[in-house]
Amino acid sequence: MKSEYILSMEHITKAYGENVVLGDVSLQIRPGEIHALVGENGAGKSTLMNILFGMPVIHSTGGYQGQVLLDGERTQILSPFEAMAKGIGMVHQEFMLLPGFTITENIKLNREISKPTVLSRIFGKNLEKLDMPTMSRDARKALDSVGMGIEEFTLVKGLPVGYMQFIEIAREIDKTGIRLMVFDEPTAVLTESEAEKLIQVMRNIAASGIAIIFITHRLDEVMAASDRITVLRDGQLAATHNTSETSLVELAELMIGRRSDIVHRERREEPQNSAPRIALHVEDLSVEMPGEEVQGITLDVYEGEILGIGGLAGQGKIGIPNGIMGLYRAQGKAEFFGQPFMLGNPHKALASGMAMVSEDRREVGLLLDQSIEDNIIFNAMQVKGEYLYNLLGSKSPVRIQLRDSKAIRKIAQEMIKALDIRCTSPTQHTGTLSGGNQQKVCIARALALNPKFLFVCEPTRGIDIGAKQLVLNTLTRMNRDLGMTLVVVSSELNEMRSICDRIAIVTEGKVFDILPVDAPEAAYGLAMSGIAAQKEEKGDA
Amino acid sequence: MGDWNVKTFLRNNAVTLMFVLLCVVFTAYSGMSPAYVAFELISRIARNGFIVLALIIPIVAGMGINFAISIGAMAAQIGLLWVLEWRITGITGLVVAAGITVPLATLFGFLAGKLLNKMKGQEMIGSMILGFFANGVYQLLFLFIFGNVIPLNTPGLVIKGSTGVANTMNLSGPAQLLYALDGLLRVRFELPGSSPAASGGTAGQNTFILPLLPTFYVLAGLAAAAALSMYLKKRVSLTKFVVIMSAAVLAVVAVQFPAVQSVFSMLSLPVATFAVIAALCLLNVVLLRTRLGQQLRAVGQNRTVANASGINVDRTRIIAIIISTVLAGFGQLIFLQNIGNVLTYGAHEQVGLYAGAAILVGGASIARATNSQALLGCVLFHLLFIVAPPAANTLFGDPGIGEYFRVFVSYGVIALALVLHVWKGAKAKKVIRAAKGAQGI
Repeated sequence: MKSEYILSMEHITKAYGENVVLGDVSLQIRPGEIHALVGENGAGKSTLMNILFGMPVIHSTGGYQGQVLLDGERTQILSPFEAMAKGIGMVHQEFMLLPGFTITENIKLNREISKPTVLSRIFGKNLEKLDMPTMSRDARKALDSVGMGIEEFTLVKGLPVGYMQFIEIAREIDKTGIRLMVFDEPTAVLTESEAEKLIQVMRNIAASGIAIIFITHRLDEVMAASDRITVLRDGQLAATHNTSETSLVELAELMIGRRSDIVHRERREEPQNSAPRIALHVEDLSVEMPGEEVQGITLDVYEGEILGIGGLAGQGKIGIPNGIMGLYRAQGKAEFFGQPFMLGNPHKALASGMAMVSEDRREVGLLLDQSIEDNIIFNAMQVKGEYLYNLLGSKSPVRIQLRDSKAIRKIAQEMIKALDIRCTSPTQHTGTLSGGNQQKVCIARALALNPKFLFVCEPTRGIDIGAKQLVLNTLTRMNRDLGMTLVVVSSELNEMRSICDRIAIVTEGKVFDILPVDAPEAAYGLAMSGIAAQKEEKGDA
Repeated sequence: MGDWNVKTFLRNNAVTLMFVLLCVVFTAYSGMSPAYVAFELISRIARNGFIVLALIIPIVAGMGINFAISIGAMAAQIGLLWVLEWRITGITGLVVAAGITVPLATLFGFLAGKLLNKMKGQEMIGSMILGFFANGVYQLLFLFIFGNVIPLNTPGLVIKGSTGVANTMNLSGPAQLLYALDGLLRVRFELPGSSPAASGGTAGQNTFILPLLPTFYVLAGLAAAAALSMYLKKRVSLTKFVVIMSAAVLAVVAVQFPAVQSVFSMLSLPVATFAVIAALCLLNVVLLRTRLGQQLRAVGQNRTVANASGINVDRTRIIAIIISTVLAGFGQLIFLQNIGNVLTYGAHEQVGLYAGAAILVGGASIARATNSQALLGCVLFHLLFIVAPPAANTLFGDPGIGEYFRVFVSYGVIALALVLHVWKGAKAKKVIRAAKGAQGI
């Protein structure tokens, strides 16, 4: 008997240790429908798909609760290969294609058709000769079904990225018995016309009875392509709607969520007489940070403000501070307090009064097997030559500089008190601190430089709620009391809304929009999926 | 090849072109007769070709140059030791030695593959250090276990008045392993207007003397016929067809000149050895057209993608190393039967280095290698070895400089190839970036 749903995931709950990433989420997919799955980063989309594909990361962390039914039958998928065997296919976001192989070879990778030979009779099936003509015929058929006219014996190397997406799809279609296909952000690398073509292909596939789960952050494409939509938020099921009965704005709101607990900080007194001075001006900034590429950003940061930079993961928001500080290769023009600023030199950036609290505490931010005090003064000592004294006296022209332990201890104790760093002593190694206290050491280190301009990346990532508030309070105090200009880059939109003056949303490597903190939730949701601009364009036309 | 240009060609073939230049200059200054150079070269290719070809499979599987082929060579030397002990002579002895090599090299290759799987991305340094480590184990085996724990009875095989295997194992004399393969079938050429006896050397056992000119005509004719039939079946392109045809014609014309003819005066082709080398070339080609070959290539290009499509990456890599180790063992047997004695504690040491340098000289990289690159590299590398000492003697009055030079060149080529590999990688990234920029994404 055929079930109404080809896939039904019921009451799925998954926790990594204490951290619940999915709570009682259900998802039902009908045969032949395009079902969109939307949500912010960390909403639980990937975890849900990892459960569906039986990824090792799920089973090595204690499995999940709830059940998965395929075509009405209760199943337990324990490995990606099992998922494949059960007719579930994946079109990857990152292309799983071999550039040195032809299209046919890629489509038939590890599913080659072969003929027996003398060698194979002795050594087994692995030494059978490939049957290229048959393989090519199959590949041709699969390519035709996705509307690709390209020759099947072309090498994948050198093909436009748009083609690669279709080859991936053709490969999934070529697999026999495929019933359900997952498209993970398939349009992320496509041009607009290619994306339209892709959606057409998806419709054709769905019409042949194969169900599609369409994961994307582009809400307009969701509206255009899907039959039904499931929205996840913070690991919870926000809603499942028929596409015809919902709207862009409603989706955007569902994605971001209404929260009443946001306390906007007191607005600063706007200077009356003149326009605010520009602290940092970047023009056409591009940063080659893998996974967070920035592609031509122009942005002004005003003196004395807290600017928030938000956006979904992988869209480039993290790349901005990393590029300006010179941690990744960057191109473009920058001016710092009116002076031309050379990109690509972390030492100069620090010396000129910029500092950064890295998003990667453990790899970039801290020297984990060094003491708290050494971590705090490290940059100040290396960049500014502070916390050193001259063995031969301060007037001697010959300089033999040694660390000034007294001054170091003094600043460390000040910082520990001011930031409430919970530790046994200033000599405790930072590797043994909790996440929140490590973050405070990172901030202390930046403060020890006395910067006039500070980048703070993901200030509250991986720290508990009490510490979060403390870190946020510290940031506002630094801004208010020390007059420091702050740029906060964070995935936590609501936290930024509680401390920032303005928030820039970065989408696909560009500043998509700069919103005031009291803008409606839907505006943020739409900006993150890159929609408002298209509306404006249409409005202009 | 629409976008062919001189600059790219020079860049992509820098190492090979540099070697061609060196070879030309050194040959000119060496003062050696072309006949002698040709004679030396042929015997060196026969000696070393096989082991260089053994490097191809691991390169295809993305593991770089397998410097641990010295372990295969050790397996071969263990085989030879026991053949000597059991006094099995001639080609039978060689085949038995090969038979012993196969299980040993398979085991060693399996262990090496296991280790290299634990250090993905660092296979080359790993295999090199593994070779050094294995050398220690080998010494333990040959100095202490063999001849001591396991007694050896053949006279001359054990160090006199001590224990352990002697410094050299003599393959000539009663063992009859010298030229066991080479001597199976040899061909010499009779120049027009002279008898082979007059051109030096004697026609030994199993040596066939062919008249030079008719042989050439037949070979050129065969090549042309093969090219024509391949072209008619559309298996080769028109350009390739024309190239083969003109090469055949050119060869026939060139061989009319006495100067060219004299090159062949000393040659004594070990046909059986070349047949074995050709068989290995064929095996490399056939193997890559099987399922296993597809897996090897996939793993070589991208382990993540290969794994995602269900290929057992670790297993495939181990197979690649096993194949390479076993083939290297055979290669070492071919090498030793030509040399005639085994330096028990040294014969295997530089095997990986010289073979690695040779394949790189032929234009292979640590990510891509073909039969023709291996063979071309073998020719150029050994040509330089032949002509460097006398050329250094002419130029600097000291043949020793040439000796130093060739060691320097071996390491230098490997270093240069590694640098070029990284450089090309960075270049390719730039191109991709530019292409992305052009598409506006």
